[in-house]
Amino acid sequence: MKYAEEFRDPVAARAVLDEITKVVGEIGATADNPVHIMEICGGHTHAIFRYGLDKLTPEGIEFIHGPGCPVCVLPMSRVDECIELAERPEVIFTTFGDAMRVPGTQKSLMQAKADGADIRMVYSPLDALEIARRNPDREVVFFGLGFETTTPSTALSIQQAAREELGNFSVFCNHITVPPPIKALLDDPHMVLDGFVGPGHVSMVIGVHPYDFIAEDYGKPLVVAGFEPLDLLQSVLMVLEQIRDGRCEIENQYSRVVPEHGNAVSLAAIDDVYEARPSFEWRGLGEIDASGLRIRDTYAAFDAEEKFNIGYGAERRIVEEPEGCSCGAVMTGRMKPVACPQFGKGCTPEMPLGALMVSSEGACAAYYQYGGARAVEAAE
Amino acid sequence: MCLGIPGQIVAVTDEARMMVMAEVSGVRREVNAACIAQGPLESLIGKWALIHVGFAMSEIDEDEAAKTLEALRGLGEAQETLEAMAAGDAALEGST
Repeated sequence: MKYAEEFRDPVAARAVLDEITKVVGEIGATADNPVHIMEICGGHTHAIFRYGLDKLTPEGIEFIHGPGCPVCVLPMSRVDECIELAERPEVIFTTFGDAMRVPGTQKSLMQAKADGADIRMVYSPLDALEIARRNPDREVVFFGLGFETTTPSTALSIQQAAREELGNFSVFCNHITVPPPIKALLDDPHMVLDGFVGPGHVSMVIGVHPYDFIAEDYGKPLVVAGFEPLDLLQSVLMVLEQIRDGRCEIENQYSRVVPEHGNAVSLAAIDDVYEARPSFEWRGLGEIDASGLRIRDTYAAFDAEEKFNIGYGAERRIVEEPEGCSCGAVMTGRMKPVACPQFGKGCTPEMPLGALMVSSEGACAAYYQYGGARAVEAAE
Repeated sequence: MCLGIPGQIVAVTDEARMMVMAEVSGVRREVNAACIAQGPLESLIGKWALIHVGFAMSEIDEDEAAKTLEALRGLGEAQETLEAMAAGDAALEGST
């Protein structure tokens, strides 16, 4: 337990770890017959590795890293479309910095920028709105990316653009939602999942009830968790206690931030601006029903797909993963990052082959960063 | 971009657009307060909120703000967010 000292409150951390060990014993889980707990959120994946929670917890717990890193599940074809948009001479393409290094089939946004495209990293879609106000003779496109946590920001920005009649602002909407891929994973007969740790900041927006189906239809527990390491440990303990007691409920460990019914203003803005697409493509998971959002017709003037005839609004394109890339298998928990033949060789954070090595929230990047040389050696 | 960062609201900048000034780890940044506003924006001055990509999304207390900031620093996310804010400011001028 040498890492436990890193916790702000090591005494509390040890107490929770002791309880986790006790409950794992009561369940009878072992290294050969572990309990499989999926942490959905990439931020949680990062925290698990940063604080070594996978090493601190007993061997009877197997963490499965979920699909909750938005740049990691972004198909290469979407990156290609971003670059097509960005290379139009009239376009200023604005994006969160996280998306800059995700490889497309030919290049990343970072490389397109080096080649001369006007691509600007922004902190907020509000920055993109301001760029549009200051550049009335240019088309400003914002790359709308992320789960329910970031969706309200683009919805509110589009509403603001509509109020101002800002005709040169549009959003290339690639927002996705958390519950549908969880359902897809639960429907996959190859997946073994005993419980979930849910993303706290997503539930801050949507509340806890969108997950009810996980307990009601699939009989699995889910605990919405905060981001401090102690939050994560407590949430894992709550999942384990449910498994031990034969319960399956949606519990809220992060109630100090997450209201049961979410944030009403955010939900109203999302509902006003967006509607579900029939299906959306996820890297590694394929097409998933009703898992992506599109801009409603009432806001079509602010929809880059409509304005530039690109993306899901236009022709569909299927792009194969790069040869040797196992992101899909890692994403679905069928392969550990170190088992990928490219891990640490053809794919590193400096020269990523797959998206999971790009973002600090990606499982491969987390293994590489915190496993260091040991992780690369293990892969050899 | 997925994890919010705590900020303290210090002033109202544009009531019509629901904009307030927030101080995030010593850096001042204008953010939208529509999601946490209940009544006049002035009532938010001095309060803490979790800020996601320029939007105050949830009011939190000072202790929670301190804990969250510490957790974000541990993950390197606090520095990343501050750098993104600076990049956003530069993007307005045309350079990033």
